[in-house]
Amino acid sequence: MAATHVQASGMGGMRTAGDLVGRMQVSRGMKIKEAKEYVAHKLKVSVSDLADPVVMNEVRADLDIGMLSTPFFPGSAIGIEAKFRIAELLGIEINCVNKFKYRIGRKLRT
Amino acid sequence: MQKIYTRMGDGSVTELSESELKQDLEEGTRDAAERGKIPPLSRDELSYLFDVYSSPAKFVGVDHGNEVILSYDNPTIKLRRRGLLLHRIQSLQIFEKALGADTLEFGDVDYSFKLVKIPITYAQSEAEQALLVTTVPLLYGSMPNLGLYTRPDGPCPNPMELLPQGKIAEARAAQEEMIEYAVNDMVYVSSKLYESGVDGIDFDTTAAGGDTDFLATLRAVEILKKKYPQMCIEMGMSGEFILGMHGELTYDGVRLAGLYPHKQLELAEKAGVTIFGPCINTDTDKSCAWNIARAATFTKACVQNSHIPIHANMGMGVGGVPVVAEPPVDAVSRASKAMVEVTRLDGL
Repeated sequence: MAATHVQASGMGGMRTAGDLVGRMQVSRGMKIKEAKEYVAHKLKVSVSDLADPVVMNEVRADLDIGMLSTPFFPGSAIGIEAKFRIAELLGIEINCVNKFKYRIGRKLRT
Repeated sequence: MQKIYTRMGDGSVTELSESELKQDLEEGTRDAAERGKIPPLSRDELSYLFDVYSSPAKFVGVDHGNEVILSYDNPTIKLRRRGLLLHRIQSLQIFEKALGADTLEFGDVDYSFKLVKIPITYAQSEAEQALLVTTVPLLYGSMPNLGLYTRPDGPCPNPMELLPQGKIAEARAAQEEMIEYAVNDMVYVSSKLYESGVDGIDFDTTAAGGDTDFLATLRAVEILKKKYPQMCIEMGMSGEFILGMHGELTYDGVRLAGLYPHKQLELAEKAGVTIFGPCINTDTDKSCAWNIARAATFTKACVQNSHIPIHANMGMGVGGVPVVAEPPVDAVSRASKAMVEVTRLDGL
């Protein structure tokens, strides 16, 4: 059923900019129109491009913010690394990114 | 005249004439409008629904540009119940990489806050690992499930045993005691998972235990938002109407029993909820068209009353989706498109 909703009305997640628009709802509580406009502005694309997998595949590769088919893009950002870049790109705080920064900044006890 | 192929709320196939379909749509929206004291759908909206539900296409979708964000309730269990032997991190990766999920939710098989409390470190550890390998926003989800706080499963007297004995005051006192335990557990578990790095918490199936359950969740949300102002909190409701299991409980001066979604939303916003999920029950004796007209009427009132994103519950048995284990794509895709394009909501 989830797959049906994705095809019928979903943005498409990482195939497109669905995760980025979702981030703006999660982190700032933005309504869908405002969230799409915010992300389109940050990515320098049109709002209609956000749900287009052809356009967004190129944009995601250029910005290195996480790809679906990583074997086509060896060396590209995966998982937490992509989220570091997304936080910077969208100008938002991502909880696990902040935790990661804190943890790697800790000093070893001597 | 050619009959229109459609389905009933239990998923079974039925055929309607054009006039019967129009009548179902009109009666569905009227039922919601009368119950919720909200405006019915307009002529144009009913005409649009008629086009969607009379289309012979097996699958329909929203127009370009109308796509919305999808959030989930425990996708980690959805693949396991099909018998797929997957770790829940693998399930999340499948939803992210293969099923086009915009957001994810991490949950336990025992999908209730009380039950997660003891093995919480396992959930934390796996959430931490999941966050390293996934990119889309990840919430942790669980149910308030106040029934677990009653005897013999929990510490409180059981109101369902007290009420038939006429012990109204004792039943109410027991429910007030249940609230305290539930709030503590919800805050404890949510804090642990947020400290592990998840983007937020999904209080799924809120108010399944009526006004008691709703009040406990609102209080937990309030505490968590003060503690972690950046935390995303999604509140997914369990049904369209708050049952008055206690009957006298209030939040911010508003009596909880009897509230419909657009009024539930107001209190959720006051408590600090980030995303609200109205849940409109499907009537199995009515057609899918009747059900979607009704569900869209309630949800539209919610959207128009909201300052936060609205993600309607559209799983099996709610939001115009039939009550059946394997909902047919013709019914689900119609409900999906209709809900998004009539209500202009923010997600499902």
